[in-house]
Amino acid sequence: MGLGQTLCACLKGLNVIALRKACAVLMVVLVQILRSHWSLRRLSLGGGAEDVEKPNDVTGPVSSSEPGQSESAAVSSGGPVAAPVSEADEPAEAAAGGAVSPPDQCDEELVLRPLRSGDIYASFQFRTQWDTDFLHHGKKVSHYRLFPKSLGQVLSKFSVRELHISFTQGYWRTMQWGQPFIPSPPGAELWVWFHNTVEDVDGNWKELVNVLSGIFCASLNFIDSTNTVQPSASFKPLGLGNVTDHRFLRYATLPREIVCTENLTPWKKLLPCGSKAGLAVLLKSEKLFHSSFHSQAVHIRPVCKDWQCTSTAWELRQTLNVVFDIYTSGQGKKEWSLFKMFSRTLTEACPLASSSKVYVDVTDNPEGELFDLSPVTPLLSTAVVLGDRRTYSVYDLTKKETFGQLRSLNLVLRWKGESGDMLRPLLHAERYVAGFGLQTGEIHTLIYNNHPYRAFPVLLLDSVPWYLRLYIHTLTVTSKTRENKPSYIHYQPSKDRLRPHLLEMLVQLPPHSVTEVTVQFERALLKWTEYTPDPNHGFYVGSSVISALVPSVVAMDTNSTQERPLFSSFFPTKEESSYFVRVYTEPLLVNLPTPDFSMPYNVICLTCTVVAVGYGSFYNLLTRTFQVEEPSQSLAKRLANVIRRIRGVPLL
Amino acid sequence: MGLLSDPNRRKALTTLLTRLNTPICVVCYLAGIAWFMGLAFEPFTLRTYMSENAMGSTMVEERFPAGERALATGREFAGHKRKAGGMPVDWLVKTMQDRGLEVFTQSFSRTLPFPDENKERYMVRGINVYGILRAPRAPRTEALVLSAPCSPDNSNNQAVGLLLGLAQYFRNQIYWAKDIIFLVNEHDLIGMQAWLEGYHHTNISGMDYTPLQGRAGSIQAALSLELSSDVITSLDLILEGLNGQLPNLDLANLFHAFCQKIGVMCTIQGKLQRSDWDTAEGYTHAVQTMMLMVLKQASGRPWGDHGLFLRYHIEAATVRGVNSFRQYKTDTTTVGRLLEGMFRKLNNLLERLHQSYFFYLMPSLSRFVSIGYYMPAFGLLATILLLRVSLHCLNPDMYKSWMLQFKVICCSPLRFISGEGTEQGWRVLKLVALLYLAVLLGCTALINFSLGFILAITLVPVAACVTPHLPKAVSALAMVLLSPGCTILYCVFIFQELQEAPVSLSEGWMLFLSVISQGILDHSLFGSLVYPLLALLVYPCWLLLWNILFWK
Repeated sequence: MGLGQTLCACLKGLNVIALRKACAVLMVVLVQILRSHWSLRRLSLGGGAEDVEKPNDVTGPVSSSEPGQSESAAVSSGGPVAAPVSEADEPAEAAAGGAVSPPDQCDEELVLRPLRSGDIYASFQFRTQWDTDFLHHGKKVSHYRLFPKSLGQVLSKFSVRELHISFTQGYWRTMQWGQPFIPSPPGAELWVWFHNTVEDVDGNWKELVNVLSGIFCASLNFIDSTNTVQPSASFKPLGLGNVTDHRFLRYATLPREIVCTENLTPWKKLLPCGSKAGLAVLLKSEKLFHSSFHSQAVHIRPVCKDWQCTSTAWELRQTLNVVFDIYTSGQGKKEWSLFKMFSRTLTEACPLASSSKVYVDVTDNPEGELFDLSPVTPLLSTAVVLGDRRTYSVYDLTKKETFGQLRSLNLVLRWKGESGDMLRPLLHAERYVAGFGLQTGEIHTLIYNNHPYRAFPVLLLDSVPWYLRLYIHTLTVTSKTRENKPSYIHYQPSKDRLRPHLLEMLVQLPPHSVTEVTVQFERALLKWTEYTPDPNHGFYVGSSVISALVPSVVAMDTNSTQERPLFSSFFPTKEESSYFVRVYTEPLLVNLPTPDFSMPYNVICLTCTVVAVGYGSFYNLLTRTFQVEEPSQSLAKRLANVIRRIRGVPLL
Repeated sequence: MGLLSDPNRRKALTTLLTRLNTPICVVCYLAGIAWFMGLAFEPFTLRTYMSENAMGSTMVEERFPAGERALATGREFAGHKRKAGGMPVDWLVKTMQDRGLEVFTQSFSRTLPFPDENKERYMVRGINVYGILRAPRAPRTEALVLSAPCSPDNSNNQAVGLLLGLAQYFRNQIYWAKDIIFLVNEHDLIGMQAWLEGYHHTNISGMDYTPLQGRAGSIQAALSLELSSDVITSLDLILEGLNGQLPNLDLANLFHAFCQKIGVMCTIQGKLQRSDWDTAEGYTHAVQTMMLMVLKQASGRPWGDHGLFLRYHIEAATVRGVNSFRQYKTDTTTVGRLLEGMFRKLNNLLERLHQSYFFYLMPSLSRFVSIGYYMPAFGLLATILLLRVSLHCLNPDMYKSWMLQFKVICCSPLRFISGEGTEQGWRVLKLVALLYLAVLLGCTALINFSLGFILAITLVPVAACVTPHLPKAVSALAMVLLSPGCTILYCVFIFQELQEAPVSLSEGWMLFLSVISQGILDHSLFGSLVYPLLALLVYPCWLLLWNILFWK
């Protein structure tokens, strides 16, 4: 990317530059302060140690970020506090002069949504942007600042284009909680887009899975060909690039994966501030796992650095969603506070973060009739989230006044009104196994469209392990008691012990209807070594994935003219007309015919004896014909017969 | 096999079997009965033990405090029930929702094939209400069920109250790993059947029901609660389910273990355990308990709401509170603590209950007879049939030409119809009848030992003895007295006697008729197999024997 190009871009958006300049100054100062206090833990942790020692080495890969380099040098010079600060002005000037934003940036935010059931949903998002020119393939990237080196190396080694991994403990209750910001299925889910230059995708996938297994301390190494699929339509790249050849996509779930503190710790280590400052101080495992739902995820994708997309960057989004239950919180009072939820309060923002905010959803509470929120904040922000216009109270942690006199922010939310029912989500789904016995069964998937008048299509993805032999000819899709023919079906049959069934369908959901997808299956009898150590627990079938563009609630109320001019509300605006939703059904636990492993020896012995002695003797007795035995032949005669047999002459 | 292939030895064996056939048969019969009666003798039985590790060593603490409140809820429920004249659906839905459960309802209707006079119902219409406690951080794959029937009369209100009390208490706990379904079913078994069929999306009994809206994965275990008084003296455990299926023995062990831990008197078949096994009374008591179990199992009907779960491979039992006005009283809090303990241990299960026995008889709650011990009793009876078969096969004139015999067997129906009776003809017919009975009883005993054994006791002597040469009138009378129908009549009397509620002849006859109608109802409502088995398979066999007696 040429400098002139950058300049042009900068001249076009002077406001942006001014803002970024300010950010850069702030940031560098903050970095200095941080460094003087804690000797910049992040840099040494994320593999930045060598950069610190050899600042001159980093010129290669980050050619586009001249100021960043000098900044890095400034940071690593390690002199007295005064000296770096004076140097810090230099990159700021450089940013102004060169008109390039600082190389890496990170943001953190926490959204609190009080749910009508009295529960509370807390969603953390940490975003780290890594400005590196990853499109130049083959270049070795060795400069790491905020981006964790462990992940960066993985990206370059395995030519990953996009990586999404989530660990979830519990099932998101759509009917009570509405839609989550980032959905995930119970257990572990991993989907990866590889570069289209990769030749051995399966080999890369296998290695990648094992490496990730080590990084996240999870059993991802159980992902192999028997649970990996290549969805043709359901999982499109979320970042830059329009590669849609699904040969470069791999998708796998482990519904049985248990998520606990050993997965949380490595996840926290990827954060720029670790768990030492900023919002991450709230992430204490003893509270996070005292909840109804826990989900943590890492999403890496290439994004545009600016709105013109002249240069690209890696975006690392770490999300953590947790729902706290009012009933099990131990106290009778219907009250939530940061301290009660996390046993910590907020005292500062992460010094490395360019923005650090706490949002509280107050949409249902405009007059404060549902709950009291304290401290109050004048800042309100409105956004269309998942098709619904929501209002949020914003607490900016980078501002000192947020923390008040006590120098700590402890949001308190006191319920006043009766908790009620949520608005029925427009799309939700459930799944179960029908039938009884250990021979056959039927998988039912119910997809609800609760929209009163709009039909919309959904993509259904089902990946079923090979030991459930799907009878695909029994596949039926019915809505409103009529057959509903899917407009697109992609089915890949399973191969025993090699690959699972993959079924993808595009189904049109009529308005206000339930669509039922059923398919029968037969339970296979496994080989005795293929059973898990606890075979009577059952075998898991991963969640179905339903991806859809759902007509939004905002577009639904064509009547409301509140605060909006009439001319703006005739045609629904594009970004509000529909929104993308992914819904996961519950995983299934299916019992397979299981031998009684406790006494195979007894059983085998007994059966064999009975068969041999009882049946054998009776059979013998019934079929044998008895003849009078002739007296035995003399030796001479027998010899003669032998000779005759050799000669081919009839015997004597 | 030298014994059989050596002609001389074989001849010796044959003569032995032919000559001593009848004495051996008599000995076998007596030995079979004696073996069976010996099963209840304590030194011959095994002490129960917990096989499931997940339930054995893990300690749980019971803290359920709110028995009084549960009783108050029960009284409130009773009031609403009276007002609504049936299931107070709205009140239940609201109460369960207040306790933080996801609540769903299911309505069902069923017209019985003929009016049920015992329960006075014909057109059944009702609503089941169930609430699901979602376990925190669980993916909705496993569930436990606690159910209480909503009876039309003034009973079982305390059970519903305790169920709601437990729901409230359980909801506040963090340790659940499986969802818990709290079900209040109307019209006892019919409601339960509708709910189970709805849950598993099957329809085996032709019931009309609305599909379920909420599910919680595969059900691992279920307990059904029946409680009709504020204080109880003992808790009775009911195990016998549809078609004589029994839950895993570990469920009974779990119940017994908690009864002992908490100090609640527990019974099985309504009989307390006695410690004096070496006295005649002690032994009789054990025999009575076991006989009750055998009779209940043989009836093939579900003896509690749990009975229908077993078909779906869900281990289930009914716990019934008994108030017999004895000194020793247990309050509802204690019962609640007992259930809490059981649920916590079931919650700890990693696998379905499978470690312990599925086929057993219980002479007392702490003793059991496993399949390996009771099967020989049946085996001895079945041997008689085989001995008689061998007698007919080894008969020299029959033995010589097997092929001829098969021809005869194939043609026998024709001869049978044409009515020409020869000496060989009835022998072949008897051979067929013996083989048929042996196979039939063998299969029945494998599925439902009690039924097979009871049928064998009466039918085997008939099948063994019957020939056309017996005095007709006496043997006909004997055959009628040993027919399957009369067997049911005897069982009714014995059952009443064992339950310490003896009946007069006329009452017994009425009871007998109601048992038969109940059997037909059970067949059409729940798919119980006893009625078709007796009517279509056992009775024709008896008719064959009847034909031999009157062979012309």
